[in-house]
Amino acid sequence: MSQAVVAKLKQEFSAAVVNTVEHRGEMTVTVNKNDIVAVCTFLRDSAGYNFLCDLCGVDYLGSEPRFMVVYNLYNIETKERLRIKAAVGEDDCCIDTVSGVWSTANWPERECWDMFGIAFNGHPDLRRILMPADWEGYPLRKDYPLQGPDRELYQGRLS
Amino acid sequence: MATKETMTINMGPQHPSTHGVLQLILELDGETVVKATPHIGFLHRGVEKLAENRSYHKALPLTDRLDYLAPMSNNLGYVLAVEKLLGITHEIPQRAKVVRVMMAELTRIKSHLVWLATHALDIGAMTVFIYCFRERELIMDMYEKLSGARMTSNYFRVGGLSEDLPEGFEQDVKNFIDAMPGHLKTYEGLLTGNAIWQKRTQGVGYISAEDAIDIGLTGPALRASGVDWDLRRDNPYTGYEEYDFEVVTRERGDTFDRYTARLDEMRESCKIIQQCLDRLEDGPILADNPGVCLPPKEKVLNSIEGLIHQFKLVTDGFKPEPGEIYQGIEAPKGELGYYMISDGSANPYRMKVRPPSFVNLQALPQMVEGSLLADVIATIGTLDIVLGEIDR
Repeated sequence: MSQAVVAKLKQEFSAAVVNTVEHRGEMTVTVNKNDIVAVCTFLRDSAGYNFLCDLCGVDYLGSEPRFMVVYNLYNIETKERLRIKAAVGEDDCCIDTVSGVWSTANWPERECWDMFGIAFNGHPDLRRILMPADWEGYPLRKDYPLQGPDRELYQGRLS
Repeated sequence: MATKETMTINMGPQHPSTHGVLQLILELDGETVVKATPHIGFLHRGVEKLAENRSYHKALPLTDRLDYLAPMSNNLGYVLAVEKLLGITHEIPQRAKVVRVMMAELTRIKSHLVWLATHALDIGAMTVFIYCFRERELIMDMYEKLSGARMTSNYFRVGGLSEDLPEGFEQDVKNFIDAMPGHLKTYEGLLTGNAIWQKRTQGVGYISAEDAIDIGLTGPALRASGVDWDLRRDNPYTGYEEYDFEVVTRERGDTFDRYTARLDEMRESCKIIQQCLDRLEDGPILADNPGVCLPPKEKVLNSIEGLIHQFKLVTDGFKPEPGEIYQGIEAPKGELGYYMISDGSANPYRMKVRPPSFVNLQALPQMVEGSLLADVIATIGTLDIVLGEIDR
């Protein structure tokens, strides 16, 4: 079923869909970050993906573009999942907000900003959410030290 | 025209009714809430960052500490996610699956009991608090028998269970679910027809079905608004499709409906647990997959092969092929999701937890704005939040 949606998406946004991957029966569609709001609006209105389960960032340090913003969608009618991803580069580290499409996106986008430093254009309230307001750095980036800034690495066993 | 003066006050992070270290900044006009701004993060421990630096088996104990009122549900979501990532979901033996369902449902009752206890206490009904904790204690005892720990159980394993049920455990469970419907009647007798309880909950914290879906509410909070959606039935995992149970929904979407919905969910959980007891048969509790599953303790202690096997898995771990998956389960508080990425190494490249409380708390401002200050307390209680999983 989600293949049909992906085919429809490819037809509608032929330029925006970068690639599609299936792994363990789950579809992941990577789209161009400039079209993210259009794609999400289309998926909500025409494909029934009315529920945004989760939104998060991923840091692929060393590859270009460096970050991915991942949207896990759910269709409450057909009980199907679909994953949308958009690549975000380090220099132009921002993407349009989808909080206008699903209000759910508000806090997860703040968390993504807090943890990865990915800004969301047009977000109603882009502040840090888990870290203190004056915190420096973005903890979930791969080049951020596990033990925190300016601290010795823990000398016991970690793994 | 005179300007309206509002007053801004802090509620929390040290406040008995915020269920942990939640801070709300409330703008009040008299006793009416004009604006509510939640501040979270006081309990942030960096669970996702820590998981990236541990092997898959060693990241499991971190998940207990998310929703510490329902540790086994968190373990379950994690092991299911890793099994899906490995592609070994079909290898899990029947006995392990049944025990997982049984413990997940006991955990649901345990979590709902704390919710009812604290929610009622916040509104002023202390007796219910004592009763609920009395019953919860029985589940804690079962946890202790099973895993050695009352809260951080860490009992499930990737591939099955850490050990088999102890002697007499099934009888304990049976005694509990036989007594539970009577206890539920007691709680209802104290609350449902109580005029104060009704005044404090009916029409309070209302949210419509459309708004609830838009803001991302899940679990009993969503079902009380009339949305018939339960992952146990709709996207079944660990064998839930074989069980017979009702998905409890309500229509009005207020605090009272969420209260009755959760009480009925506990009854349904008892039904599922009874079916688990009927299905429990002897058999293996771990998948036959030595590349993933830790060997049983007696082999480790008594044979060199077992010791080497354990050593190899603990030091090197296992390496799922590169890829990414999302696994959602119906935790007591709503949809608990794990989004895992493997890069082919022994540690998760990324583990993102979708905590139900985090998303549900987001609905708080729209549920309380325009209502009275006292209703904020009732609404926090009805959302059933745990700061451990909100802040991670």
